[in-house]
Amino acid sequence: MPLVNVPKPTFSQKLKRFFLVDLMKGLGLTLKYNLGAITDRDAVAGHGIYTEQYPKVRPDVAPRFHGAPRLNMDPETHDTLCIACNLCALACPEDCIDVIAMDIEITVAGKPRKKKVLDEFIFDTSRCMFCALCQEACPTACLELTQDFELATYSRAGFVWNREMLEQGRETVKYES
Amino acid sequence: MHQVEIATTRETLLDSPEMVLNMGPQHPSTHGVLRVVLRLDGETVIDLDCDIGYLHRGMEKIAENRQYPMIAPYWDRLDYIAAVSNGLVWVETVEQMMRLEVPPRAHYIRTILTELNRISSHLLWLATHALDIGAVTILLWALREREEVLKIFERQFGARLTCHAWRIGGMPSDAYEGFSADVNRFVNNFPKRIDEYETVLSENRIWLGRTVGIGVISAEDAVAIGLSGPALRGSGVAWDIRKARPYAAYADVDFDVPVGENGDTYDRYLVRLEEMRQSRRIVQQALEKMPDGPVNAKTPKIIKPPPGEYYHSIEGPKGEIGGRHA
Repeated sequence: MPLVNVPKPTFSQKLKRFFLVDLMKGLGLTLKYNLGAITDRDAVAGHGIYTEQYPKVRPDVAPRFHGAPRLNMDPETHDTLCIACNLCALACPEDCIDVIAMDIEITVAGKPRKKKVLDEFIFDTSRCMFCALCQEACPTACLELTQDFELATYSRAGFVWNREMLEQGRETVKYES
Repeated sequence: MHQVEIATTRETLLDSPEMVLNMGPQHPSTHGVLRVVLRLDGETVIDLDCDIGYLHRGMEKIAENRQYPMIAPYWDRLDYIAAVSNGLVWVETVEQMMRLEVPPRAHYIRTILTELNRISSHLLWLATHALDIGAVTILLWALREREEVLKIFERQFGARLTCHAWRIGGMPSDAYEGFSADVNRFVNNFPKRIDEYETVLSENRIWLGRTVGIGVISAEDAVAIGLSGPALRGSGVAWDIRKARPYAAYADVDFDVPVGENGDTYDRYLVRLEEMRQSRRIVQQALEKMPDGPVNAKTPKIIKPPPGEYYHSIEGPKGEIGGRHA
């Protein structure tokens, strides 16, 4: 095994070692932090407490955060923006989106026509890895990954979100102090 | 690798002071899943045998059944501490296969964020390494700085660890509002923090006793067993892909490649600390030079590179990481 040549300590190094200078320097710095935690509780000067007080204080996640999925609706008519084009399902690497469309009869300028509309939308959040490729594929800005990050459920089936959950959001129990 | 000799006869078992200990594959002190067969004399490790392969997740097979843009999120999961660097390998490989011209602004933002990722990866290394050999304070301090980097990642990419940072041909979106201010604040505060780590560790007798002369790898050995990254540079070999085959905007920034002398754990520690300082320098320069303009190349709707074999590698935080397309 190759060995390392450590140079012999000089007299001043020996003296410093004897008086525990190396340890005292580190201890002095940690002491500064300890005092800072008392005087500077919000870490303004950089020596305070950094711990997030979740669940008492919910953190503000970034606007671009990839969290729980949502199907956006038209704010005026409250119709879904989804046109059942299936692009999100095709873009998903984990194949966790199912778009189920149905044809309805409509009349355009007096003539009967068939139109494809969204019937059911299944989003399996247990397999989702929140890569946001579906959100980028959506042509109508309907499918969106929101800032909601609390996705735990009691059962495995609870991870599979249907259209109603995706549109209305899921109710979570909020922590009360 | 060679097998650890295990004493079997009664004489060797009783007379020998050595002991064979099986550590892992699931062990609280191994980061990741790794089985190590150790031959011990008291507390000194004389010999060891590493049994790898427990982390095989069939990524290649997954990649076979995905389209090109879909594979990128899986690259993050190869090393979730360095997801931004890993993501860059894949998109750069595909871009080179398709001969896409990425705009300079995207190159600069990629440089800034991969260097921040190097800092965060090295900080996590420092935190856990110090924790493992008995310095708990550093864990809290290093994770505090890493948190600032992860906040920048969250604001930019929408995720903290598995960022899915890049898209083929550029970026999912331009730098967020306040990106320069956030990065500048980190860059300005960071040197003071590294000095604090050094104050606590670099001269500390316990730290020295547990790192100096431990795990020595000579330069020849390091090259022979195929080390790369800070572990190779700790042994005194100045090999850095950022200098040798510049990618992104590394050709336009000025930085040094630190090397160690002895190749022991202490040298690798010093190399990583210096690398963090150099990464900070790169980030600072890239932020000053960052041009305006688009961040996406003209990318075809269907990404289909020509068939053939390609290899492209970059300098990840832990060493060379390459993408091979066959």
